[in-house]
Amino acid sequence: MRQLVILSGKGGTGKTTVASSFIKLATAKTYADCDVDAPNLHLIGSPFPSVKQTDYFSMPKAVINANLCISCAMCRKYCRFGAIVKDKTYKVDAASCEGCGVCAFVCPAKAITMEKTKAGDLLLYSDTDNTVFSTAVLSMGSGATGLLVTQVKKQMKAASGETPLAIIDGSPGIGCPVIASLSGADMVLIVAEPSISGISDMERIIGTAQQFQVRLAVCINKYDTNLLQSSHIESYCRTRRIPFVGKIPFEPMAIKAINQGKYLVDFPCEGAKALADVFAETMDLLQAEVV
Amino acid sequence: MRNNDLTIAVLSGKGGTGKTLVSVNLAALLPDSTYIDCDVEEPDGHLFFKPVFGTSVPVMVKTPQVDENRCTGCHACVDFCKFNALALIGSTLMVFNEICHSCGGCVLVCPRKALSEKERMVGFVREGISRGVQVVTGTMNIGESSGVPIIEAELRIKEKNINNLTFIDCPPGSACLVRKSIQEADYCLLVAEPTVFGAHNLAMVYALVSSLHKRFSLVLNKCLGGEENPSEVFAIEHQIPIVGRIPFDSELGLLNSEAKVVVWESEKYRQLFSSILTTVLREAHHEATGNS
Repeated sequence: MRQLVILSGKGGTGKTTVASSFIKLATAKTYADCDVDAPNLHLIGSPFPSVKQTDYFSMPKAVINANLCISCAMCRKYCRFGAIVKDKTYKVDAASCEGCGVCAFVCPAKAITMEKTKAGDLLLYSDTDNTVFSTAVLSMGSGATGLLVTQVKKQMKAASGETPLAIIDGSPGIGCPVIASLSGADMVLIVAEPSISGISDMERIIGTAQQFQVRLAVCINKYDTNLLQSSHIESYCRTRRIPFVGKIPFEPMAIKAINQGKYLVDFPCEGAKALADVFAETMDLLQAEVV
Repeated sequence: MRNNDLTIAVLSGKGGTGKTLVSVNLAALLPDSTYIDCDVEEPDGHLFFKPVFGTSVPVMVKTPQVDENRCTGCHACVDFCKFNALALIGSTLMVFNEICHSCGGCVLVCPRKALSEKERMVGFVREGISRGVQVVTGTMNIGESSGVPIIEAELRIKEKNINNLTFIDCPPGSACLVRKSIQEADYCLLVAEPTVFGAHNLAMVYALVSSLHKRFSLVLNKCLGGEENPSEVFAIEHQIPIVGRIPFDSELGLLNSEAKVVVWESEKYRQLFSSILTTVLREAHHEATGNS
């Protein structure tokens, strides 16, 4: 199974529109949404007949037993994350606790235990034709997004049969959830936006993918909103020998498609045509043997 | 209007809805405001302000180093580390810096005092001025996983400067980085686009700011005339005050894509953002004084 991850660096460039179009064009049987703190891919397409929910537990977090606590403040002194707060008694601010266990180690009264905390929901949608869609929702303000992304991908792989292709919608940025989505990826498709901000962000996601030695390709979305910046992106890719797989015009139908929960490629429009070309180019590259 | 010492965090959940557009242009309206870019993975605000930066200040985190003469390979540290940042390979103790959380636990548990801590740079923070606006920007090094220490360093700069209006441009999402960015904010300004995606992610940040007991209002961006706006529907259902509507406008989009501060470019946009600023400040002060 070849894994294609859709990333962008900058948010809102059209990752989910590209990912959903690819899923439809490839009739992909295996896909995932790894943007666990702002997932949207589940809003496109017809509903699945079944969904399996699993609780996601992050690192066990510290809990202070008030009956055993002698208020010596050793835990607060050694905690590097400011997670021990005093409010009559000493308590752990679960959102700040990273689960390192230092407080439990230094506590002379053995008043601190590390306990499992639910940090989100893993969701696995499946259909009778063996299509599987893995996604998750992180609990509010929780950390450990990278670990949850890893679980989303693990769940996807475990549930999928012998399918040639998996499409993964990633998150913006270049930090832990993005790095987690890069692991095991055969190729990254970067959806760039023709703006000065978009180019700066694209350069940082390209640097990240290259550092983790994942093959990449670039496409431009809404290229006609700034032709000058689009040409800069194309020449950037040319000089660095990064495969450029095409450009998609600004498509007014895109908002309509999203708001109706439909695939953009199901509407006859210029955007759909361009997406089909970008898809074909990307698949050629993905299937090509790595030399 | 007195804006003394008010910190407004601008956030959206979904990326690309216009957080930077809103926070840059609101900050640019007042000559003595502060703009802090907390999107340390993809910092873009400085591209608009183009400030003359002072020296960049490195952001350091602690990471363990091994004294091989003392290490006996007992692997107490390996067993303790919850993040698997240490491994004993043969008789050599390896440290994986990028996944270390700098908790200091390994140093504490080592019975031979074979571990100590050294500092490692994970990013940098810069400060500059642009037409009177203080611009603070943090950049995470490529390949690092957590921007939290950089955001903390930026917010420490903020602590030194009181008595001005500050805008915090938050990262996308609703997880730890956003929580850290809005922690000290007095008020939150949400930005949403008119799609089902925008409304869904608006619902997520609405839940986050509500749970943190923050006061907030909403700016609707990329508004299309005559079409139903799912984010507006959500706001009305949840009684979220709407403090501004920015139209979908290709001229605005083009200026913004060229990293121009639109309120400095055109009187039309200056009026648009001024009216948003007035309404935001009225909401923020109105609620702060208990509806008086």
